[in-house]
Amino acid sequence: MKFEDEPVPGYPLPILPGHTSPGRFERVLRAGQFVVTTELAPPDSADPAEVFARARIFDGYVDAINATDGSGANCHMSSMAVCALLTRVGYAPVMQISCRDKNRIAIQGDILGAAAMGVCNILCLTGDGVQAGDHPQALPVFDLDSMTLLQTARTLRDEHHFLSGRRITHAPRVLLGAAENPFTQPIAWRAERLAKKVAAGAQFIQTQYCYDVPLLRQFLQQVEALGLLDKVFILVGVGPFKSAKAAEWIRTHVPGVHIPDAVIARLKGAADQAAEGRQLCTDLIQEIRDVKGVHGVHVMAYRQEETVAEIIDRSGILNGRVPWYPGRDPNTANPDRKAS
Amino acid sequence: MEALRHWSVRHSRGLNAFYTRFESLLVALDPLFRRIGYQRLERPVALLERGVKGLLFDCRMCGQCVLSSTGMSCPMNCPKNLRNGPCGGVRLDGRCEVKPQMRCVWVQAIAGSTAIPGGAASVRQVQPALDRRLTGKSSWLRVARERAAQGGATSGADPVAPK
Repeated sequence: MKFEDEPVPGYPLPILPGHTSPGRFERVLRAGQFVVTTELAPPDSADPAEVFARARIFDGYVDAINATDGSGANCHMSSMAVCALLTRVGYAPVMQISCRDKNRIAIQGDILGAAAMGVCNILCLTGDGVQAGDHPQALPVFDLDSMTLLQTARTLRDEHHFLSGRRITHAPRVLLGAAENPFTQPIAWRAERLAKKVAAGAQFIQTQYCYDVPLLRQFLQQVEALGLLDKVFILVGVGPFKSAKAAEWIRTHVPGVHIPDAVIARLKGAADQAAEGRQLCTDLIQEIRDVKGVHGVHVMAYRQEETVAEIIDRSGILNGRVPWYPGRDPNTANPDRKAS
Repeated sequence: MEALRHWSVRHSRGLNAFYTRFESLLVALDPLFRRIGYQRLERPVALLERGVKGLLFDCRMCGQCVLSSTGMSCPMNCPKNLRNGPCGGVRLDGRCEVKPQMRCVWVQAIAGSTAIPGGAASVRQVQPALDRRLTGKSSWLRVARERAAQGGATSGADPVAPK
């Protein structure tokens, strides 16, 4: 989809009535499209070319790219730097902020700085504990939690002041997101937790990996009963498995990821388990698309990012739509070009 | 002392009722506290509070007690100090992501809050970020002073943690 009022790709769009950011991602969401987001693993490198190479792999298939913030408590290039690089060429990054490594002073500074560099979307996370990563000796900060982080970002944006009350002259125009895991304990309270996040400022939600659609349906029915379906955009997390063994490893080693036995059995029974893993992901996406209250999918394919294009393509969820990427419209200055 | 902590959650209703009465007592004692001087009371009362709440709740003396909004399960025992609900990493058996040997503080909190009248509603309130300056200070004295200043009004749902 192309916006007639998009001056130069990567530059802020005019903020439409009812929108909070000048970003393309919010435009696509509010236009009612079924959106696709994905995750970029920041490199262990100071080379910007590596960031661009990791983004390019998704060209034409995703509406926004999440840059993880020390995911799994492992050290990588910062999410803010990755996002700043991505905005230079016009991508719509989602900057993940984890509360593990920064206190409220650093986080507020980062939100202003990121917005100044063209970041329009922020995902507010609590973050993994330090024990999970490669620096277990580190100090876990957790000055804020995901909920108070959302409140903080919203205060900066809507009330134009820091938590201290000190005024800021230009508020960060950002769309605020949060994570939810409908598939773990306390299951009955997960919809309430989402309600709390919406109350704290979440406008979109990206969920943990979904391999259990009936459980997702049950969760979304609870969300609907709380009257939240028209208050928040919900993107459901999906991802392919390389093999049954990989799925079993994730099931035992990544807390909070729920993988039913049937999924493992299906992978085990396949001659080509990697291909079956991609097919399983495609099937899940098609099933998830039809669940009431779902606005898109968030495809997480860590260390198999090259499979995302094929999965999205075969699922048919883009319906012929080609999300913007640098170079999609060779003559971007000409608004008469046909939109896709 | 995890066993005693779990006992407290199982008896959240009774403990909450006790706390509500205890708070009224604290507020009633405000004139006395003022005569002695809150400053002078801070150390001994904080010590007593640490002993009692430490035993019952594994209290970490954050100084901003929200036990009545968390089903008598102290959220500061969460390795991520989450005061607004569980993280997404809770294990499927309800144990903690960071400390697998421990039951998730928030799975406990949700269970405990259902036994407290109005508990489900108060657990929905978004708790503000901690004021780290209050760490180690007495929550009881703060409640007495602040509630007395408000004319002794009690919040009902949240007897030990003024907003």
